[in-house]
Amino acid sequence: MNARVDPALAKSATPAASLRTVLLQHPLLRPAAALLVLLALDAILVPGFFRLEIKDGHLYGALIDILNRAAPLMLAALGMTLVIATRGIDISVGAVVALAGTVAAMLIGGTMVMNNGAPEYVANTPMGTALAAALGVALLCGLWNGVLVAGIKLQPIVATLILMVAGRGLAQLFTDGQIVTVYYTPYFFLGSGYLFGLPFSLYVVAAVFAVTLLLMKKTALGLFIQAIGINPVAARLAGLRTATLIVFVYVFCSACAGLAGLLITSNIKSADANNAGLLLELDAILAVTLGGTSLAGGKFSLAGSMIGALIIQTLTYTIYSLGVPPEVNMVVKAVVVFVVCISQSSEFRQLLRKTSA
Amino acid sequence: MSTIAAGKRPRNLSAAPWFTSLVTVVLLLAMLGIGGAAYPGFLSLQVAFNLLIDNAFLLVIAIGMGFVILSGGIDLSVGAVLALSTMITAWLLQTAHWHPAAAVLAVLVLGALFGGAMGLIIHLFKLQPFIVTLAGMFLARGLCYLISIESITIDQPFFVAVSQTQIPFLGGFLSPGAVIALVVLLLAVWLAHFTAFGRGVYAVGGNEQSAAMMGLNVGRIKVGVYALSGLCAALGGVLFAFYMLSGYGLHGQGIELDAIAAVVIGGTLLTGGYGYVAGALSGVLVLGAIQTLIAFDGTLSSWWTKIVIGALLFVFCVVQRLMGGRR
Repeated sequence: MNARVDPALAKSATPAASLRTVLLQHPLLRPAAALLVLLALDAILVPGFFRLEIKDGHLYGALIDILNRAAPLMLAALGMTLVIATRGIDISVGAVVALAGTVAAMLIGGTMVMNNGAPEYVANTPMGTALAAALGVALLCGLWNGVLVAGIKLQPIVATLILMVAGRGLAQLFTDGQIVTVYYTPYFFLGSGYLFGLPFSLYVVAAVFAVTLLLMKKTALGLFIQAIGINPVAARLAGLRTATLIVFVYVFCSACAGLAGLLITSNIKSADANNAGLLLELDAILAVTLGGTSLAGGKFSLAGSMIGALIIQTLTYTIYSLGVPPEVNMVVKAVVVFVVCISQSSEFRQLLRKTSA
Repeated sequence: MSTIAAGKRPRNLSAAPWFTSLVTVVLLLAMLGIGGAAYPGFLSLQVAFNLLIDNAFLLVIAIGMGFVILSGGIDLSVGAVLALSTMITAWLLQTAHWHPAAAVLAVLVLGALFGGAMGLIIHLFKLQPFIVTLAGMFLARGLCYLISIESITIDQPFFVAVSQTQIPFLGGFLSPGAVIALVVLLLAVWLAHFTAFGRGVYAVGGNEQSAAMMGLNVGRIKVGVYALSGLCAALGGVLFAFYMLSGYGLHGQGIELDAIAAVVIGGTLLTGGYGYVAGALSGVLVLGAIQTLIAFDGTLSSWWTKIVIGALLFVFCVVQRLMGGRR
């Protein structure tokens, strides 16, 4: 922590102002404020942005749309948060998305069968088996990354670079470079179905988020992961099984990526080994950073990463709905990243204080 | 080091920085040998020259990346800066009708400024190079599309002439791009090993704090390294424009990963301060040889390239860990 006592801080730490200080000092303040500013912009610029309608028992509206589209990114960001908290990084997320999606799509596929004169598609493999196989492949990928990082002690970025390069190649090898189309209807429910009026993918994200949050807050796991990020050697000397924990976070990250791959293939009803999840790892890292988790490891915020993912998706939505050419998206994204990162750095705050003093 | 005398020599041999680089060279020779045994016509001088001609831009970028990695950083923006450079070159030539020399100069200066600006942000605000150069990558790609969404064809006579020139060399021929890349390599080796800047880069990569305590101007070195990488990426873009005769926002996608892979295969550790700039050449040639082998075979599909590169990266990292890796 910062050893210097900030005079401004010390002054405001009177009991009366303490609630306000706590709120102002809360790590989620900046990302949440950024999201609110974006939403406020949308409310002014996009007519009917907050309008929600019920059509055929489903909730429709821009907000639902953003949430639904952000689902894969939110999943990937959840897994990435834990990896980054241990001072690691996983740039193979996109490749795992492609691999898991490809495996699921190839196993399910769909064969046309005539049923009482009506064409009907039947899965090649039972859907449960196919989903389990796809997630199994993702877990294997995570295990591979984890063993390289914790066992052979490669730097995380190189260790995951291997899978990032080779994983997409493997996925293309499976599909022979073709796009695999899925015809089996029940599979579509995962990515584009509705449950109680809300997209099903939101329930998937909420479930993963809830389970992760419980694991981190109600067990010592969160503390252990944070300890590794703050000082890996000290954590090991304190008796933590750092290697096992590191393998766990990579497996968890890949599992999240695999789930995201299932959502994506189910949503677009096909698996494209070449393009599925392309650059998703970068967006996920961005979401984690925007959410206030430092790439240097240690303290992490799962809720912050979710907000970060929503910021990215809201930004994309805003740019599209303003009628700006989508290509400008990247420039705006870059500017947002620069602004957020610089404003979060302690050097910048010192600079501000110096100039205002 | 408290190694006993008997075990000292073999251990030091494998722990020397040049050892991993040597492994790469041996591997490259082995690959060329296998290729020569399997496919007639593979072991010709021109095939080797073609490796250089087809990968000249990658070599230049990998050299810049080598400096960044030696200083302990990383630059993800090089592919995007390459694309932006092809785009600006094409625009300056085709729409603004600049003289080619002026256009190339402008692009190189812009590239260096872009890299330098990223270095400044990294140093001033103590931000992670990964995230800053990632933002730089988005910015440069986005700027490409602000110039034009379509590809711009270059039909400027000088550029067309350069792209068709063949410089006779040792019975074969090289392209001007390959010659430029080799000159850049020589300059880079001189810069890394015979100047104060080069020693500073190694010092900062070895331990930034110690370097600062030694009195080195860490900020200047870091900004210089990223500016150099930006310059190399822009030069890579110009070479790419010579090679493709077009500017396009989708040029050079994933080049940054190829460059990082080349640097790692060339024996440089990503933690910084350990390795050689010249390793970029062997790394790039190994990547090129894989592609050439797959092209010569003819029955293998392009995705095998990715799988083999991944496998090679794996083998190299493990070899580095087990044999040379002090860290």
